[in-house]
Amino acid sequence: MTVADFGAACAFEWHKIRTLRSTFWNLGAFLAVSLALAIPSGWYLHKTYAELDAAERAVFDPIGSGLSSIRLGLLALVIFGVLTVTTEYTSGTIRSSLAAVPRRAVFFASKTVTGSLVALAASTVVVIATFAATQVMLGEHAVALSDDGVLRAIGGGIVYTTLLCVFAMGLAAVLRSSALTIGLLFPLFFMVSTILTSIPGVRKAAQFLPDVAGGQILYREPQGDTILNGWTGLAVLVAWTVAALAAGYYAVRRRDA
Amino acid sequence: MSAAIEVRRLTKRYGRTTAVDGLSFEVKPGRVTGFLGPNGAGKSTTMRAIVGLDRPTSGEVLVDGRRYDQLEQPLRHVGALLDAKGVHSGRTVRAHLDGLALSNRIPAGRVGEVLEIVGLSGVAGKRAKGLSLGMAQRLGVAAALLGDPRVLLLDEPVNGLDPEGILWIRALMKRLAAEGRTVFVSSHLMSEMALTADHLIVIGQGRLLADSSVTEFVSRNSRSFILIRTPEPEKARDALAGAGIEVADGPDGTLEALHTTLETVGALVARHQITVYEISPQVASLEEAFMQLTADAVDYRAKQEV
Repeated sequence: MTVADFGAACAFEWHKIRTLRSTFWNLGAFLAVSLALAIPSGWYLHKTYAELDAAERAVFDPIGSGLSSIRLGLLALVIFGVLTVTTEYTSGTIRSSLAAVPRRAVFFASKTVTGSLVALAASTVVVIATFAATQVMLGEHAVALSDDGVLRAIGGGIVYTTLLCVFAMGLAAVLRSSALTIGLLFPLFFMVSTILTSIPGVRKAAQFLPDVAGGQILYREPQGDTILNGWTGLAVLVAWTVAALAAGYYAVRRRDA
Repeated sequence: MSAAIEVRRLTKRYGRTTAVDGLSFEVKPGRVTGFLGPNGAGKSTTMRAIVGLDRPTSGEVLVDGRRYDQLEQPLRHVGALLDAKGVHSGRTVRAHLDGLALSNRIPAGRVGEVLEIVGLSGVAGKRAKGLSLGMAQRLGVAAALLGDPRVLLLDEPVNGLDPEGILWIRALMKRLAAEGRTVFVSSHLMSEMALTADHLIVIGQGRLLADSSVTEFVSRNSRSFILIRTPEPEKARDALAGAGIEVADGPDGTLEALHTTLETVGALVARHQITVYEISPQVASLEEAFMQLTADAVDYRAKQEV
């Protein structure tokens, strides 16, 4: 494999991403949903801050308040990641794509790298915009960029949403079906994580789920009685992502198109 | 003349089904090679194996002496039309081709050229979901021609084309072969192949049944003869042989006189006072011969192995 091959394959992937309308819908929804939740919650927190008692003020987390809304918006980013992979199979373009880029390693690497870069760019815009919007709404209770943990949360948030999107791409390459992949990831992110983390017995295990573990980076203090902190949580998410990519690559390499 | 495509003992199994079974053949440049077989004979599987979409269970396929995935910028070597539906319905005709051009560093101007060749320039900006099957087929041909390849694989290209489109694709295939390219085209219709192909690879149940020129295949398989039904076959045989006419045994004790005319045979039996119940000209069409050949694939192989 030469660098030129890989560059051309990435140009092909980028072209496929930008010639699909669903890309713009999903990335647009990622921004819109995140902002639509961040702005009212910032406004509400600002309005009710005066009613909080001392203990509540002590745990008040202007960083986490600003970023927790992306956890819903990122579902649109996850759909983007899934579709990047599965539309090849559902539309049948996988055959012309693999005829053009027959080396499966080059094909899979160019697809995931290009998809990840788009996810990274979208995450950067959305995380910063969401954080900024919340801080504006929080008014005098807002944090400054120079405050402790703020840059860590912003940088971590960008990495978190990007990694979940990449994780979804790996899983999609194994399952090859949009419905199946989204049908597996949405309940996981929306319900399973929430339910399992509320059940005392399994809470210890549930904290290692990809979205729960990675999400710790969004908050000033670790959430719940977890043994993970922001960084170790992110490391757990990285491990999940690497595993999903390895499984995806194995599937792309082994299976007939 | 060295082979552009070499299929060597190719076997492909899907679970318990054997789609291709120890198939070997070569496809040479400068002519249209027809790949013929009934539906389910393994034609598409073989074509998919050539471009590396299906991994052979055993055996190998080489293009220009190399495995497909070892070719640099493969679209410049091999153009394949495998599935007309392999276009994303939301993408425009031009965008589909632009992407493929980028992947193999083919100059963007080539996209306009191939659209012109296949007659789709007028719908370049149209989304693929609005294309008729015939237009989708032309788009598939455009994609195959994009890299100006020396080897072309076309899987059932006539499907979905209107009569004018069929004439067009036949002329195109002949022109490409005349330019010295390798054209390998599959079909389940013998009549279609008789019109376009110079050489035939015939398969049935994943095995090779014939590998010959079309002329040879036709002369071997489409026999015309005079059928003679008589209670005196020995006498008739002697009379025909005496006149220098080749005789073969037909079914149910009938005789088949080859390379002769009805008038000659009629005069001959009259002269020798042979009782006949029937004298009639018989022509087995090419299509019938092909049907017979492929339907009896198992039987045929058994006879060959004796």
